[in-house]
Amino acid sequence: MDFGLSSEQEMLGEAVRRCLAETCPLDHVRFCVDAGSAVSDRVMAALHEIGLTGLMVPEAHGGLGMTMLDAAVVAEQLGRAVAPVPFLGRSVLAPLALMLAGSPAQQADWLPRIASGAARFGVAIAGIVEERDGASVRIEDGGLTGTALFALDFEGADHFIVADASGRLHLLAAATTGVEPIALQTIDATRSVGELRLTGAAAEPLADDGGLATRRLRDAGRILLAADSLGAGEAMIEQAVAYAAEREQFGRVIGSFQAVKHMCAEMAARHEPCRALVWYAAHAFDVLPDEAALTACFAKSHTGEVHRFVARTATEVHGGMGFTDLLGLHFWFKRIGFDRQLLGGPERVRAEAAQLQGLNAATR
Amino acid sequence: MNLEYGPEYERFRDEVRDFLAGNRHRAPHASQRAARPDAAAVAWQKLLIEHGYTARTIPREYGGYGAEPDILKARIIAEEFARAGVPAGLSNQGISMLVPTLLELGTEEQKRRWIEPTLRGEIVWCQGYSEPGAGSDLASLRTSAREEDGHFVINGQKIWTSTARQADMIFCLVRTEAEAPKHAGISYLIFPMDLPGIEVRPLKTMTGHAEFNETFFTDVRVPVDQIVGQRGQGWFVANATLGHERGMLGDPDALENRLLALIRLMRDERVGSARAIEDPVLRDRLVALQAEVAAMKYNGMRVLSNQLKGDAGGMAKLIVKLQSCELAHQISALAIDAMGEMGILYSDSPRVREGGTWQWNYMFQLGLIIGGGTAQIQKNIIAERGLDMPREPRLALASAEGRKDVA
Repeated sequence: MDFGLSSEQEMLGEAVRRCLAETCPLDHVRFCVDAGSAVSDRVMAALHEIGLTGLMVPEAHGGLGMTMLDAAVVAEQLGRAVAPVPFLGRSVLAPLALMLAGSPAQQADWLPRIASGAARFGVAIAGIVEERDGASVRIEDGGLTGTALFALDFEGADHFIVADASGRLHLLAAATTGVEPIALQTIDATRSVGELRLTGAAAEPLADDGGLATRRLRDAGRILLAADSLGAGEAMIEQAVAYAAEREQFGRVIGSFQAVKHMCAEMAARHEPCRALVWYAAHAFDVLPDEAALTACFAKSHTGEVHRFVARTATEVHGGMGFTDLLGLHFWFKRIGFDRQLLGGPERVRAEAAQLQGLNAATR
Repeated sequence: MNLEYGPEYERFRDEVRDFLAGNRHRAPHASQRAARPDAAAVAWQKLLIEHGYTARTIPREYGGYGAEPDILKARIIAEEFARAGVPAGLSNQGISMLVPTLLELGTEEQKRRWIEPTLRGEIVWCQGYSEPGAGSDLASLRTSAREEDGHFVINGQKIWTSTARQADMIFCLVRTEAEAPKHAGISYLIFPMDLPGIEVRPLKTMTGHAEFNETFFTDVRVPVDQIVGQRGQGWFVANATLGHERGMLGDPDALENRLLALIRLMRDERVGSARAIEDPVLRDRLVALQAEVAAMKYNGMRVLSNQLKGDAGGMAKLIVKLQSCELAHQISALAIDAMGEMGILYSDSPRVREGGTWQWNYMFQLGLIIGGGTAQIQKNIIAERGLDMPREPRLALASAEGRKDVA
């Protein structure tokens, strides 16, 4: 019995952390954001170097064949560094879609290109969580028609995995006739999302599995958004504690005042159990299929609540400086805000969790 | 990540299950588990010790089972007894706090004399630590013990002495050196509760019941050799076991059981023709609590794993008391809200649900948030030990002086 990361997973986390410490300091994040891009070529190249582009792609197709828990370890480090790189859609959900619902020919065709970085995917499945502004995608005359919102890893994507209203997945080239890609601006400039307006766009369908693959993608997405938030939250707590040890008022460091100290303790106390929850949810995704959807809901909704608290409290510990652009604390604040809403905010996700357990019905 | 315990442990789990299946009819009802165990509870305790399901790692010569410490086996025993709904061994302050203290710091004679009858439920103890003027700042306690012809003569008052009315004995912190700095003047004494000059008054709490007592000492004479550790070292003797109490207050199995009871309640409780659980707002609160209980459960597994590797547990352990007590309180709060107007019914009122347990819990758990190190003291500990934040300047100074004088 060993509840925790393996030594290989510890090393993976450490490797990603070192890589990001070198290539992705806050100055660089700011540089990318100021240039209007959520894709740092430098950070992407460095992560590609250690194999992360194809981390989920099976080894037979040129990837690392890693697990969701491995991916959670990586996502946590990306959140910690507020790294402006595509990851969730491009390196995790797209290969997962092909592995779950692609034909052998589609897998052989696309998975090696995902691993090598030759194919750059975005993933649009938000519509299966909740339909907003009437956006949905249907099949008409053999092509895709309608609107898909919140396509992940949108910037620079040359292909998309798109879920239609029935939950079936399709593979779509961005340059196809009938595809109008429109970037969306969010609070979090370190990640890019967009919408796809589709008018009879020719696409390759993946298997019709009754939406099973799409639901797995949704669960995976929720776990990794929670993991991202875990890293971002931890970075905020560390910064708050460090600031409180340095900043002096009334002749003492503010961290010696219980009012400030208790804010930090509350953040740590609420944050720490999220780590075990996210690990368990990722592990359940890998090997405990019966528990996967529910624990993904728990991880997503609970970290969403906890890290909203962490984001505002860590900012408050920094006083007026926390509110400025100067410290850059807001990059983490916004990253956490993005993680909370996407693929279902806490209330939406808890409603699903209730349904999964049959809590809506009065019967035992 | 490996959640399997492995074949050796699964065999052990089977043994525990077989034992429970064959013997559960002999277990006392949970409601009978009063401060002083009755004959059935004492017999059950004896059986559990014989099989090593309680007092497992206490050496045989002191009345325990004498097994090597094995965290996983201890965990399996706790899991299986909880799953079967069968009371585990006796749990009281004598067993959880005094016995570990004696094992660590008692003399050979003290160990032989006190541990076995305590484990067997024959001797009931109470704890004399807190005073009206010494709560969070326990080391400022003032109950005095002056030495006089081979005896300590004790005067003063203790509070929160649960089980004092039933107890045979007390383990008690008293000030033996009036002139010494506050941490250095304390001694840890053990003495009978029937000595002349001891008066116990029930302390009624907000629940309407007297779960605690106040204990008064007037010229109580205790032979000077009834001390654990050295004279003036009582603060360190007591601190050796405060961690055991905090451990007791954060049991993840207990949270899960309360949550299951809450779900049952919300499924049973009707509002018009609907059930409470069909209310989307109440249901949302329920699932939020479920997620948090899940987080604490996995956090507990993480702490357990760390302990198996010889790691003290770090932040994941430090936060358990604060988070678990708050969570337990929130679970009771939701139960009351789910009952709506019925939620105010209490004691033996007509229509009261489950004997008013939820209201009692809601109030008593607030006591647990305050007791055993208040939430605010817990936050200080988390910040200072877990996050390495600076202490209050004045306290830091006093503490440094205390340490210097003790050294």
